[in-house]
Order: sequence, then structure tokens, then C-alpha cells
Amino acid sequence: MTKNGLFSAQVTLATDWLADCAGCHMSLLDMDEKLVQLLDLVKITSSPITDLKHPPEGGVVVGILSGAVNNTTNLEVAKMMRDRCKVLVAMGDCAVLGGIATLRNFFDMDEALKRAYVDTESTVDGFVPQSPELSRPIPVLPVDQVVKVDAYLPGCPPSPEAIYHLIGELLIGRLPVAGGEYLKYD
Amino acid sequence: MEKITIEPVTRIEGHAKVTIHLDDQGNVDRAYLHVNEWRGFEKFTEGRPFFEMPQITPRICGICPVSHHLTSAMACDQIIGAVPPRPAQLLRELMHMGQFIQSHAMHFFELAGPDLFLGFDADPAVRNVVGLIEANPDLALKAVRLRAFGQDIIKRISGRRIHPNHSIPGGVNAPLSESDREDLLGHIDEATEVVRMAVQLARGWFEENKELVEKFAVFPSGYLAMVDEEGALQLFSGKLRLIDQAGKPQEEFKGSDYLEHIGEHVEDWSYLKFPFLRKIGWPQGTYRVGPLARLNVAEKIQTPLAQEEFQYFKSLNEGQPVEGSLWYHYARMIEALYAIERAKEILLDPEVLSNNLRAEPDGFTGRGVGCLEAPRGTLFHDYQTDEHGMLTKVNMIVATGHNNWAMSKAVEMVAKTFVDGNNLTEGMLNRVEAAIRAYDPCLSCSTHLIGSMPIQLRVVDSQGKEVKRATR
Repeated sequence: MTKNGLFSAQVTLATDWLADCAGCHMSLLDMDEKLVQLLDLVKITSSPITDLKHPPEGGVVVGILSGAVNNTTNLEVAKMMRDRCKVLVAMGDCAVLGGIATLRNFFDMDEALKRAYVDTESTVDGFVPQSPELSRPIPVLPVDQVVKVDAYLPGCPPSPEAIYHLIGELLIGRLPVAGGEYLKYD
Repeated sequence: MEKITIEPVTRIEGHAKVTIHLDDQGNVDRAYLHVNEWRGFEKFTEGRPFFEMPQITPRICGICPVSHHLTSAMACDQIIGAVPPRPAQLLRELMHMGQFIQSHAMHFFELAGPDLFLGFDADPAVRNVVGLIEANPDLALKAVRLRAFGQDIIKRISGRRIHPNHSIPGGVNAPLSESDREDLLGHIDEATEVVRMAVQLARGWFEENKELVEKFAVFPSGYLAMVDEEGALQLFSGKLRLIDQAGKPQEEFKGSDYLEHIGEHVEDWSYLKFPFLRKIGWPQGTYRVGPLARLNVAEKIQTPLAQEEFQYFKSLNEGQPVEGSLWYHYARMIEALYAIERAKEILLDPEVLSNNLRAEPDGFTGRGVGCLEAPRGTLFHDYQTDEHGMLTKVNMIVATGHNNWAMSKAVEMVAKTFVDGNNLTEGMLNRVEAAIRAYDPCLSCSTHLIGSMPIQLRVVDSQGKEVKRATR
């Protein structure tokens, strides 16, 4: 992978996960040695595997979000990422389409909470947690229902090759389009 | 009184936040670990065919999808009344060992490693795996290859590294090819050497950091883990044993009987429930799970290299349970050694290439409870169906859940030991996060219930007013 003149310095990257299983970020790590090579060209700022908690205020070039929006905290995280990146990528089926957790939308939210915290067979004297410290669940949405998304990479998770392709396209200044072997919904 | 909030807690899997409440003198009064998400798997799977579960439940967690896949398949075996033939069990266990290798390697090097090898007070901008790669590229590359080897085992069996499609009710859907077996055997000794190096690295770190380790969230508790018939470490199939804080066995039971023994408590400030031993009750009946608990419970390890290291582990507290939270890191590497030795045993088993991979259903039961040791601790999946096999009730207790009480306690202890509200530093707060990281929580798993768990650190005063929020 070579870098041409579109970006003068290292490309800054921020990633975060919303409601997901972490599998998309695992697939990112599954680039193995290629990820190590990419570090010459890409500077990772905030991400779940680093200790910077939020994208830098000065912004980054590429923001990647995995996961669906399913609570009030996810909404804030998605909006901050949008505000602070030039190109926003929705990575994985949850971010692109809402994913597995959208099954929850077919149930009454209070019923679902009651099942989890009151009715489950192992729960003793349960109740639904309500502390203001916690975010409130909302109907599950894909990222582009909340903020504008520039590029989509489906897959459950997208393959490491597809993620590598995506980052490579961004590095040479092209908006990536998932096609061929990289376009998979599973 | 002030409150400090750390959000999100980083280098853990999933979303959590921590609040630290200070008294008027600026000393830590209480601290809470808030698991801040819920997704709802137990509800939204109702009404679906039971056999979809081995495909649905891996989506609970992309780090340990194999655990959910296998536990789910075990529950499904029971629903159709089938006992998978031995070759199918071998392939399931082999995939499970692959996951232990990759998950433990990733945690040790990529999530905890920056604290251990760059320091708790290192600049947060470089205190991550990238910083580790720059500081020690040779070590980092070995770590990357080790994780890749674990993932490769999973891929060669199931076709995918993440979210496998292999186990089905009554067995598995594909054999292992001879060429895949040869390829894996060709690389396993090299990978074993990397694990041995990691074990020594961990041991050396503990020798150099004795003082820190001894004041870092050391506390007594019960321990729950699976053992085999001889009381040896078992990760895949066996009975559960609970020991008390002195190491004395309290209860032994089959995973399928979990409801008689384990209850779950709810607190208002977390979406993650708190399991406890019913016989003793909440909160005295709390216990720990995962690598440290497993080695505390086990009497021996059945593979030679891991057994050798296990003997040293047992000498740490003269045979009594090892209580310090940081020791999880060392226990994790001993388990990785067991996992890779066990993987080799399975690969050399004459039945591993067999095509006898599925048992026919023999009496539909409509109920199944799967149980195994996931990388982070004991995992239960409990399914009930109607007569057509449609799910009517789903209950899961995940590994990280069992450690919820312990993580909360560790957070509070470390906050009290290291956080000074009047002279707050980033490194103090990172130590609080490191207390959580020691348990390698998998918050996607924990929050299968309803959400995801951001971690945040915020200081509030005694009137509840926010004084400082740690954001990096």
C-alpha cells in the first residue's frame, strides 16, 4: 500500500463501538502483521484499544463506528464522532443495518427489560435498574439513521481483507465502495 | 463530597464507566462500576427455533464467540436428546482451545500489556498496543502471531475466525482435513514457545512489582470453576466446584443444576446483575470466576508444562487461594499454556480426522442447559422450548457477570488505595481502570441483557455536584 499526495501527513483515525459484540474490532486486529505495517501510514487516536477516550477536538480524517445505536450514550458517541471526523465509516452489519439487536424492536421495551431483570429464572428480588448514571435504552437503529455516514462496510464481521481494502482506499483519497468478495452480509 | 467519573473505561471489551465518590476531605468514600448497556438477547430470541441459537448467540461477543457457539450447541444437544460422538467433541474442544489461546494472548499483550510493560503512569497517548509495538517490535510481532495462531485453529475448523458456523445440535457440520491438521501441528511448537515466553514475562513482572501487587485489590472470596473427575483444571466439560476463601470445597454440582445453586442480584446502578451462591445468600455468597478462580479451585493441570508452572502458582500462597487481582494476568498465561498443550494432544488424537460427527436425535426434551468455562469464567445458556422447538424461555449467566461483585470491590479498593481527590492524576485513574482490566471483563457478553457498557470516571462532591470528569 502506498500513500500519495492527498494526505500530506499520517492519516488520523478514530474508532469506537456502539451496541455491538466487539467482533468488528476483532476483525480489525485480525489484519495481524498488516495492521502493524499500516501504523506507518495511519495514526490511531481514540479507539477502544487505546486510552484516548474521545476523538481529538481538532478532529480526525477518518472515523469508524461499529455497532448499532441502542441507547442514549450511543447517540452522544455517534454525534461526537460525526462532528470530529471528515469521513465517517459504518463498519459491520450492526452499524450498517442495525444488526442482530434490532430483533429487540419487535418486543415491548418494558417487557424486554422485565424479562432481563425481573423474570429470568436465576434473578432473585429483581427490578429494572433506573439510576441516572445509566443510559436509557432506545429502539435499535443503524448509524445512518442518527448521523450522516459516508462509507459502508457490511459483514458480520467484515473480513480483515475488506477492512484493509477500506483503509487502503481512504489512504489514496478514494471513498471506498464494498464490492465483489468484500461485499458480504453474514 | 465530590465525584470522579471515568468514561469510557478503555482497553476492556465493551462499555463501562466508573464513578468515584469523595468525602469532604477529598478521600475516596465509595466507588462504583457501572455497566451501561443492555441489548436484550434473552427476550428477543423468544419465539425463534432453538437451532438458530448457535448462530445467534456468538453475536453476544466477538471476542469469545466460540464460547457462546459451543455452550449454545450443548444446550441444543440436550433439547433433541443427542450425545455428540467423540470426534465431534474433540473438534469442539479444539476450537475452544483456539479461542483460549487467542483471547488470553490478546488480553495479555494488547489490552493489559500497555500497563504492565509501559507503566500505569505512561503517557495515555502512547499507553496502548501501538506504543508497545514501538517500544518492543519483536515482542509485539510474536504476540500478534500467537493470537493469529489461536484464530487460525478456529478458522480451520469452522471456516471463519469470528462467529463460527460449525457446531449443530448433536454434533458438528464438518470434519478437520488432514492438511489443516498438519499445518496446525507444523506451527504449534513455535506458538508454544511464545506462550512459554509470555509465562516467564508475566512471572518476571510479578517478581519486580511485588509491592504493587500486594496492595492492589487483594481480598478474600469464594471461587467457582469447572474441574474434571480428578479435580484437575477443565475448561470444556466437567463438574462445577465452589471453594470458600480458605480453599475448602463448599459445593459441587452439574452445570445443568445451576438454578438450584446460583441466584442473581440486581443493583440500581448497573445493567449487569450480580450472581451469588443461593445457599449463603447476597452479598456473602459472592465469588470469583475466570483464570485466577480456576487455578485456585483446581488441584492440578493435566498437561506437563502447565502443571510445572501451576506448582509455582500454588506455592505463592502456600496452597491457599491466591487473592490479588493482578495475579489474574499470570493465571491467564498458565491457562494459555494448558490450552496450547491440550490443542496439540487433540490434534494428535487418532479420532480427530473421523467423519463420525453427528448423533441422531433420541427423544426430544424441550430443555437444555449448556455450561463450560469461557476464557473469562463459567458460562451458562439455559433454553426451554415448546413442543415444536420454538424457544419459550432463554436465560444466560455470562462469565463477566459472576465477577461483577469482585470487579466492583476491586475498583473501590484500588480507588481507596491510590486515588487522592486533592491531587488527582491520570495515572491514578488508570490504576482504577487496571483493576477492572485484571478481570478482562467482556462487557458485550455481560450486556447481552440489554446494552453496551461505556466506562467513565467522574468526581462529584457530597451534594452530588460534578467536580471532575476524566476524559482522554
